[in-house]
Amino acid sequence: MYTQGLDGQVPDTAAHTDEATLEQRFLARVDAEEKIEPKDWMPVRYRNTLIRQISQHAHSEIVGMLPEGNWITRAPTLKRKAILIAKVQDEGGHGAYLYSAAETLGVSRDQLVEQLLSGKAKYSSIFNYPTPTWADVGAIGWLVDGAAIMNQIPLCRCSYGPYARAMVRVCREESFHQRQGYDLMLQLARGSEAQKRMAQEALNRWWWPALMMFGPSDANSTHTGDSQRWKIKRFSNDELRQKFVDFTVPQAKFLGLAVPDPELRWDEHRQQYEFGPIDWSEFDQVLKGNGPCNAERIAARRNAHAAGAWVREAASAYAAKRRQPSANIAA
Amino acid sequence: MNAKLPNVDAQALFHYVLRLGDLSLILGQRLGEWVGHAPALEEDLGVANIALDLIGQARLLLSYAGEIEGCGRDEDKLAYLREQGGYFNAILAEQPNGDFGQTIVRQVLIDAFQLELYERMTGSLDERLASIAAKSVKEVRYHLRYSSGWLVRLGDGTEESHARVQSALNTLWPYTVELFAEDDLDQLMADSGIAPRLSAVHAAWSARLEGILADSTLLRPADRPHLWHGKRGQHSEHLGYILAEMQYLQRAYPEACW
Repeated sequence: MYTQGLDGQVPDTAAHTDEATLEQRFLARVDAEEKIEPKDWMPVRYRNTLIRQISQHAHSEIVGMLPEGNWITRAPTLKRKAILIAKVQDEGGHGAYLYSAAETLGVSRDQLVEQLLSGKAKYSSIFNYPTPTWADVGAIGWLVDGAAIMNQIPLCRCSYGPYARAMVRVCREESFHQRQGYDLMLQLARGSEAQKRMAQEALNRWWWPALMMFGPSDANSTHTGDSQRWKIKRFSNDELRQKFVDFTVPQAKFLGLAVPDPELRWDEHRQQYEFGPIDWSEFDQVLKGNGPCNAERIAARRNAHAAGAWVREAASAYAAKRRQPSANIAA
Repeated sequence: MNAKLPNVDAQALFHYVLRLGDLSLILGQRLGEWVGHAPALEEDLGVANIALDLIGQARLLLSYAGEIEGCGRDEDKLAYLREQGGYFNAILAEQPNGDFGQTIVRQVLIDAFQLELYERMTGSLDERLASIAAKSVKEVRYHLRYSSGWLVRLGDGTEESHARVQSALNTLWPYTVELFAEDDLDQLMADSGIAPRLSAVHAAWSARLEGILADSTLLRPADRPHLWHGKRGQHSEHLGYILAEMQYLQRAYPEACW
């Protein structure tokens, strides 16, 4: 679920009669649950919405490597270290996969990366929170990947073929990560007092930001209409958030950890959990760049990009040299 | 445990297996520092992949070392709870990552060493080591393809990249001497049919490096005497920091299970 903040207005394109007919046909295909493929006609706004959503998702995977990568060198057992490296590597793989899906819409990865580094493109604000302890690695797997799955499973049925297919694979891996994160938390919850405290504090840190991952409440989310019409988005933010809470609270109970919400209670009538109000001012601040790690995260990406410039230049120069002889032969 | 193992001192074998395991462990730990910070996304994936293989090798080797020792130390007790002087990796592995070029040079030098070593160790009379070598050699062959591919691109890329990797090669080359300096333990392992002769490994490594360096348009630095040996527990200043970071949780919460 790395798509929040995407619901901004996309500029209207000049519509004329042919376009209107094409759009009608397009909508009929969407309604018939047909997949839209890269070479098919699609409205400009549909294309732009997808580019933004998919690239934001890709950026989130890339920035998301940082908070967990923070613990690779300090993972407390070799098995956990291997699991963590593999997980962070998977996230990079998801990023690569999603950039490719975005490229089918006519943008290049270089353009998209440039938008991330310049601050123009957004990524999920959850990754602007820090991972001060080992338990945060578990909490990210359990809660952040858990929330991601809630949002991404419906995306497997998204109307745009390449995105839907990418999501099938991503979901499979995310669900594996979620189980690994939960297993890490379980080990801590059954451990020493210090470990239990570590686990509880991590839950306290990540619970509310995880709920915010689903984006603004439906009452304040005015731009979801097109996405739902185009079958990119199948459920509202609040519906997905509720599903996540209902799914996760029993897991916290099993761990013996307390969800940090005094208003949390089971509603027998509605057969779901009622939970307290979300502090949207915090969400807004993190979105505006004032979260605890916004500056560090983007600086880390910029530094890696800048420090690697000579490497990429060398690779291009080498490739050009290799191309040259064959070009001469052809001439 | 080792039906076909010749009569070799368990303490010596323990020490030797730690040499192999620590080399993979410390190099894997170093590569782990890169993940999320590499020059391109594909390199984040490539470096993570190699780190993962190396940690996997370390797990197999340290577990085996623990069994040989027979004192109840498992892979984690060995990886996390030894003193610095009890680590037997070559000093080359603990050298800082530097820029991506320095990491690649270090990787080529060690990948080529592990490849020549493990290829020969598949015939070890120690069945366990033979099987670990057979698994590892496939991984290491890929590692060298990755690292030497990059060395060629950087060496024969731009003036800047050439200068950077030549400088890294000059810096790291002296540490390769240790890899092939045969001591009593190496000799004992070779005499017992457990490990190949280091002289044979060296000759093959040298020939392989010759080809890679030629393709990379890099000059092979002259060998210089190198008297300090990580494989005997003598380390650079860098290892202490690596261990402080790696061992942090295990040391801070003794007896905790993770």
